[in-house]
Amino acid sequence: MSVTENFKPTIVAFCCNWCSYAGADLSGTNRLQYPANVKIIRIPCSCRLNPMFVLRAFQKGADGVILCGCHPGDCHYTTGNYYARRRMTLLFSLLDFMGIERGRTRVEWVSAAEGAKFAATMNEFTETIMKLGPNRRLEDLRCRKD
Amino acid sequence: MQKRLKEKALELLSNCTVTRVLGWKTGEFFYDLTPAVFETAEEVEKEFVYSGFSGANLSKYLIQESRKQGKVAVFLKPCDSYSFQQLLKEHRILRENVYVVGISCNGLLDMEKIRAQGCEGVTAVTEDGDTLTVDTLYGTTKLSRNDCLLERCAVCKSKKIVAFDELIGEQGEELESNRFDRVAELEAMTPEERFAFWREELSRCIRCNACRNVCPACSCEKCVFDNEKSGVRNKAIADSFEENLFHIIRAFHVAGRCTDCGECSRVCPQNIPLHLLNRKFIKDINEFYGVYQAGADMDTKSPLTDFTLDDCEPSIVHERGGVQG
Ligand code: SF4
Ligand code: SF4
Ligand code: FES
Repeated sequence: MSVTENFKPTIVAFCCNWCSYAGADLSGTNRLQYPANVKIIRIPCSCRLNPMFVLRAFQKGADGVILCGCHPGDCHYTTGNYYARRRMTLLFSLLDFMGIERGRTRVEWVSAAEGAKFAATMNEFTETIMKLGPNRRLEDLRCRKD
Repeated sequence: MQKRLKEKALELLSNCTVTRVLGWKTGEFFYDLTPAVFETAEEVEKEFVYSGFSGANLSKYLIQESRKQGKVAVFLKPCDSYSFQQLLKEHRILRENVYVVGISCNGLLDMEKIRAQGCEGVTAVTEDGDTLTVDTLYGTTKLSRNDCLLERCAVCKSKKIVAFDELIGEQGEELESNRFDRVAELEAMTPEERFAFWREELSRCIRCNACRNVCPACSCEKCVFDNEKSGVRNKAIADSFEENLFHIIRAFHVAGRCTDCGECSRVCPQNIPLHLLNRKFIKDINEFYGVYQAGADMDTKSPLTDFTLDDCEPSIVHERGGVQG
């Protein structure tokens, strides 16, 4: 897929309130740089991420979706992220099966103390998406205008 | 077989074991048998049909039927019995109100496949061992029965009846099945090809919701897709993404509970191979979390309501072999 010169990817990052959201905050207070096109959505726990949210993000034009949660074992609700891990594994695999490139979906465990990891992850993820180019939408052929 | 089922139905009604029998009767055409409840011996005598076209899985109807007064008898083929047991496991059916007659099965027929072999204007299909005699307006043809099986029967996973009160015919066994072959073929394609494949298939969907309605695993009384406020619109016309979203969510909702009964693909009027989405989930679950067959027993936990501390990370999707995107 060709990479357009001025392609600015839209990236949606779902961040768990108890860790990654604070991690994002920390990276902000530490003045670490990460791309402004990363849109953070706060969720109470990684397992709050309904597969529908991921699809909605893609529907509304996201080029990549990333979920950040507490490290396995550290979930504020003890086990939420273990369930999220299974769900997202299966969902991402299905999206891949339907032709959404693997690189567009990702899960990363980021704690509240890992501001640097947060920024690094976002930079790296944005780079991957830049390489992949704009997302092709899962669309209905009947709706094509051309 | 039809004779034996009819006799059984009559016997159960006459000795008051049950007050109703759940079976099949002729719908609009002889090949579109529809599920029906029979309350009297006359109805059974007149309308009860069991043939190669009795594909409909009756287990889902028990959610409603088992809550009514009196016991209901039901005929379950092997794959239906998996759906039945899965529903029991989820506490959706009142077991004490159901009398299950398990019936052995040698595969059911697909009218589309008969048509595809050049039979038009079919007026009757008679089965005789491995051959089908198809009468049409233009004459009679003989076909091999194996070439006319429903997709799910052609790759049958098990002939074992997992829950029953009595059996008609022989108890069978789990089979070695190559049901994941098509999924593997798709996996081996490039992302572009897969993308194109699914665009092609899903763009035929007319959102009749039949696949949702028929699915025994899809048994919520209130469905997110019926909720106007959920933001899920009903038509591709509202947003070109909607049908895709519907299909992903539909498949995901039954992941870990889908018994691979094949009903979704059977009822789809647009012949969309929906089972491939569900099978992809089953295949992944088997590979990631160990082999699991929904409905096979009453006590193992469904893989999506369970976890282990050292499950694979979602990045396995990227790391696994196959064509990269
Ligand atoms: S998703 Fe399809 S194959 Fe799976 S249980 Fe439902 S109807 Fe059967
Ligand atoms: S049964 Fe077929 S046409 Fe109807 S909603 Fe399901 S996929 Fe679409
Ligand atoms: S609270 Fe952070 S993942 Fe559960």
